[in-house]
Amino acid sequence: MDDALDLRDVRITAKGVPLLSVSTRIAPGHVITLMGPSGAGKSTLLDFVMGGLSPAFRASGSVWLGGQDVTGLPPEKRRIGILYQDPLLFPHLSVAQNLAFGLPRGPDRRARIDAALAEIGLDGFGPRDPATLSGGQAARVALMRTLLSGPRALLLDEPFSKLDAALRDQMRRLVFDRARAAGVPVLMVTHDAADAEAAGGQVIRLG
Amino acid sequence: MLRPLPLLTAALLALPVLAGVIGTLLPALGHAPAIGLDGWSLAPFRDALAWPGLTEAALLSLWTGLAATLGTLALLALILGGWHGTRAFTALERILSPLLAMPHTAAALGIAFLIAPSGWIARALAPILGLSRPPDLLIVQDGLGLSLIAGLIAKELPFLLLMSLAALPQLRPNARLKTARSLGQGRMAGWLKAIFPGVYRQIRLPVLVVLVYGMTNVDVAVILGPNTPSTLSVQVTRWMVDPDLAMRATAAAGAVIQLALVLAAMVFWVALERGAGRVHRFWVWCNHGLPERPLRLAGIVLATIAAGLVLFGLASLAVWSVAGPWRFPDLAPEFLTLRSWMRHGPEMAQVAAITLLIAGLSTLIALALTIGCLEAEHRHGMTPGSRALWLLYLPLLIPQIAFLPGLQSLLLKPSLVSVTAAHLVFVLPYVFLSLGDPWRAWDPRYARVAAGIGAGRARVLWQVRLPMLLAPVLTAAAVGMAVSVGQYLPTLLIGGGRVPTLTTEAVALAAGGDRRAIGVWGLGQAGAAFAPFALALILPALVWRNRKGMRNG
Repeated sequence: MDDALDLRDVRITAKGVPLLSVSTRIAPGHVITLMGPSGAGKSTLLDFVMGGLSPAFRASGSVWLGGQDVTGLPPEKRRIGILYQDPLLFPHLSVAQNLAFGLPRGPDRRARIDAALAEIGLDGFGPRDPATLSGGQAARVALMRTLLSGPRALLLDEPFSKLDAALRDQMRRLVFDRARAAGVPVLMVTHDAADAEAAGGQVIRLG
Repeated sequence: MLRPLPLLTAALLALPVLAGVIGTLLPALGHAPAIGLDGWSLAPFRDALAWPGLTEAALLSLWTGLAATLGTLALLALILGGWHGTRAFTALERILSPLLAMPHTAAALGIAFLIAPSGWIARALAPILGLSRPPDLLIVQDGLGLSLIAGLIAKELPFLLLMSLAALPQLRPNARLKTARSLGQGRMAGWLKAIFPGVYRQIRLPVLVVLVYGMTNVDVAVILGPNTPSTLSVQVTRWMVDPDLAMRATAAAGAVIQLALVLAAMVFWVALERGAGRVHRFWVWCNHGLPERPLRLAGIVLATIAAGLVLFGLASLAVWSVAGPWRFPDLAPEFLTLRSWMRHGPEMAQVAAITLLIAGLSTLIALALTIGCLEAEHRHGMTPGSRALWLLYLPLLIPQIAFLPGLQSLLLKPSLVSVTAAHLVFVLPYVFLSLGDPWRAWDPRYARVAAGIGAGRARVLWQVRLPMLLAPVLTAAAVGMAVSVGQYLPTLLIGGGRVPTLTTEAVALAAGGDRRAIGVWGLGQAGAAFAPFALALILPALVWRNRKGMRNG
């Protein structure tokens, strides 16, 4: 089976004006970086891949995942996780409840969540209020929340831009190592060249 | 599934108003089979015009409405221009905000108590002026409608102030004021030149609502307004509830005259806006300043008086409700007693239950419709235009007195259900206006993150968005409840006098003059409006007490 994320002839227009066109294939465990100035439509492309394109835009082409055309599927059926520059932990849930939010049904939920917390060095943080975490801790929980949901692809929207320099390196390594280990294709948009370098994969320039 | 909701909601707002206006027009033109009028004639108008007080009542409506609106707006400008961003302003805002919840009726009753010749103000002045008896002055219900205007200003100032504060952040007032002052403008002149026009543009519809309410309200005008004659709306209401059914046609004609008067006033207001705009531009062009200190002083003093009128009015109601014997110049009763509460309390509690039931039901429906519309907007990327905003304001811009009589005769049999439905028409706009901004301000990336880890739209709504927006949802519910609790005319007319609420009973008592009873009922009405706000503040704080990220909305 082909577990790649495949963007086939994706063209996006805004009010009839062509914004971007992309055609690429991201193999499992690999990262492709989209770079371009703001306004080049990077985030719009991610919206299209997620399945939530704003009606101000029109798109043609298709998104394939695991050998299946997912273009017509609603976002929650695509199983494409996304990470933003903010961790966006649900502020009304505990850390453990955040992790449980996307965890598919199954036995030993508690044990799996505890293990996941231990893996990111946050042993015993389950009952904590996410607002009390440091920026780096919250970013790790956000990553783990996405991975626990068993995504088939991962999108990164300027994911490291709000972390300070020391943390940024650490977080980059964690995200890319994890994605490789899980064997998910990763599509990243950024305007930080260091991000692209750390990702090590192909770079596509927009705009 | 949610797609048709906005249309349904629009219909729910517009149809009752339009049907009601038509239902008022028909009997005014002599066509009302239900009361034995069959055919077309101008007789109802002749009857209305034959009432000797008509011209004076119409002028009174115009004068009190326009003066109250202009007064509120002027005070708003003084307060915002002179004090926005200062510590005094924050304090004033804290005092004024809760007053928004106060029903008009309770506020008017309290103010009437306060300024009456035997009220606290006269009592406080008695030793200075050497009075041993209440002065023989017609203060409440004075012929010029001055106490009515004062009451309206005191009650509408918090409304316009909160509307302005909601509009302000996007105007970046601090940066603009700094720029203006660095160019040599005084604080107030700079504020009024650089920021106020933007504020006014944002609160234009609320200002028109104040104008319409000021001209056509019945509950405040009955309590504080003149009596010989009264304002036109009060007279139309008297005709409406006259046991002689033939008077309904006269009432309808009066309502049509009132509607025409309101439309004329709106046209006049728009002309006034243009003129004011021209004067404003001229003022900016010539680079004139303002007498800053006296104006700032006037602003803070007048706003404090406005807040004080409502607050001490409420205190008057409270003290009278527990007052034993209370002779004139004494500032306090001889002793306090719960006798009035024992006598009126049980009945008041029963009526309070009905009132809260109607308020709860209409608010629940309004909330469901509002959330449905906002969610449809979010899911289908619908963007409401300015027309949608006008629609939302429609039931507030067409005077109640112009369409409720028609609605009553056309559609509805008096019952709890019909009163609830009528309340919904007025509750819905306020719930929508209250919830719309926080709902739209919610970060949609939360929805994408949740969808990315497998949550469908319904789950995102129920498990992420609604819990995160618990505080604004509850606040909107409290606003809806307060609006419903305060409704007088819809309850009276659609309920056919058979569905008593705290408001109808309090207004009915006002004519009597049993101050202890009025105190109990007025306080009960205020309490019914305040209690949901208290809950809306306390509940989120309790539910999310362990969630720091939920403190600020």
